[in-house]
Amino acid sequence: MLALSHDAWLAIGLSFKVSLVATLAALPVATLFALILARGNFPGKALFDGIIHLPLVLPPVVTGYALLLLMGRKGVIGAFLDRTFGIVFAFRWTGAALAAAVMAMPIIVRAIRLSIEAVDRRLEQASGTLGAGPVVTFFLVTLPLSLPGILVGGTLGFAKALGEFGATITFVSNIPGETRTIASAIYTASQSPDGDAEALILSGIAVAIGLGALIVSELMARWFRRSAT
Amino acid sequence: MISVDVSRRQGQFLVSAAFESDGGILALFGPSGSGKSSIIRLIAGLDRPDRGRIVLGGVVVADTDQRIFLPAHRRRVGVVFQESLLFPHLTVLANLRYGRHFTPRAERRIAEEPVIDTLGIGHLLQRHPATLSGGERQRVAIGRALLASPRLLLMDEPLASLDWDRRQEILPLIERLRDEFAIPILYVSHAVEEVARLASEVAVMEQGRIVRLGPARQVLHTGIGDSPDRFQITSVLEGRLGEPDKVYGLTPVEHPSGRLWLSGLIGPVGRTVHVVVRGVDVSLATERPRRLSIRTVLAAHIVDLVVTDGPTALAETELKDGTRLMVSLTRQAVDELALAVGRDVFVLIKSVAVDQRPI
Repeated sequence: MLALSHDAWLAIGLSFKVSLVATLAALPVATLFALILARGNFPGKALFDGIIHLPLVLPPVVTGYALLLLMGRKGVIGAFLDRTFGIVFAFRWTGAALAAAVMAMPIIVRAIRLSIEAVDRRLEQASGTLGAGPVVTFFLVTLPLSLPGILVGGTLGFAKALGEFGATITFVSNIPGETRTIASAIYTASQSPDGDAEALILSGIAVAIGLGALIVSELMARWFRRSAT
Repeated sequence: MISVDVSRRQGQFLVSAAFESDGGILALFGPSGSGKSSIIRLIAGLDRPDRGRIVLGGVVVADTDQRIFLPAHRRRVGVVFQESLLFPHLTVLANLRYGRHFTPRAERRIAEEPVIDTLGIGHLLQRHPATLSGGERQRVAIGRALLASPRLLLMDEPLASLDWDRRQEILPLIERLRDEFAIPILYVSHAVEEVARLASEVAVMEQGRIVRLGPARQVLHTGIGDSPDRFQITSVLEGRLGEPDKVYGLTPVEHPSGRLWLSGLIGPVGRTVHVVVRGVDVSLATERPRRLSIRTVLAAHIVDLVVTDGPTALAETELKDGTRLMVSLTRQAVDELALAVGRDVFVLIKSVAVDQRPI
């Protein structure tokens, strides 16, 4: 097929693994955040909302650096996780997934929040009068009815995670086979004198995947809208 | 069975109500915005009372003095909402069975089959709510609430969003639920015809409080001076259903003063019904008329007569069982027939006027 180096194929495979894990790990957390934002009413809600959306507006390097400070081996949380559970994020593919998850979080939360807000609260009240407590009601009514937002958010988040570069390279560097994703591989190739062709092909692949994900999420959103009426 | 004494302030609006019911159907009746739905929400546990106490079947579900407040899911109070609120992602069957999972086994006293049969929804079980008509949806919503075997069933304007035909289809079903499943029902409506037909007791609400409370027959009767609009003057007669005349599609209601004919075949024989009669649909005769198209002729005597300077007059008649029946007529008729208080008369009611039309 295409004249791609072994490293490049490695990067493509790794990117999919990292993005998939990042998305799957981010979804439950994003759903919880979205639920808190959609239904909660507490002081500091705007601040909470702001912190979740921060990765959207900060330079990705700052997010990566913050992750390094917090989750690195000597970071406050990272050191604790290393000591107690032996979990290490720094310079591992899991760290790349963490960085991608944090960067994708705002997009996923946003999609799910809109979906939860569209659920008729009176359906939840009806569930209550039938004897279902709030937690059961969430899983039997709110969650299934928010599924469109969760799927659309997941797809967009996956696309965003595939494209992540700044936070990843700052947090977990650019180690072939471990943390070198498509984006890092393009950067590496573009920096080497004979890497133009590879950078171009990888860029093409990135565009194709990103566009594909966006189209899929739009088609899903449309399909859900149609089946809802 | 049910004892409610609560108040709650919502913005500028104060809702405050106290009533008790021993089963059967108690109707909360009043114009929209009178606070009926607020009372429903307080009893269902969807809102907290500012003050008061609610006891359902011996269980205190709310008491502000004792700081007791059971949330909706621990009250076992079924609610049928105006807009059905079926779960759109579940089939009809899954909707119907939803509440059963949360009902303790020992308390599941209402079985699935009789409810599905009574409501006539057996052919809809695999469908999704979006594909149902409004009437079908409401029947499923009633079934869903019933199958949780609630202590009390609250119905919040369950027929208000339906057209007349659908109402006629569902009203008898609610009567059957009342009779067959022996479940106390609190029925909220602004339609006097529904309330008169279903309820044994009526609480009339206005501006957040109960202004009248008692047996339907007394409460729904609008006497002289209660309303300036003669089209609003209504009376309620109570009688027992007789054997329907299938050939002509009429059903008699036996009353001590005579026999009333309702259009339509209504059953079962012997059931007590309330019939709402508007004053403008009633005529008076001083002797028993013969060769007349009006089918219903009841013996009565005049107990009150209000003659205005204008063209109209209002007579209050008393039937043999003591029921008061209001008659709207012209001043000219009063003079020509020499009507006066104490005079024996015959009350004529057009059968086509007292079918089950909403008034």
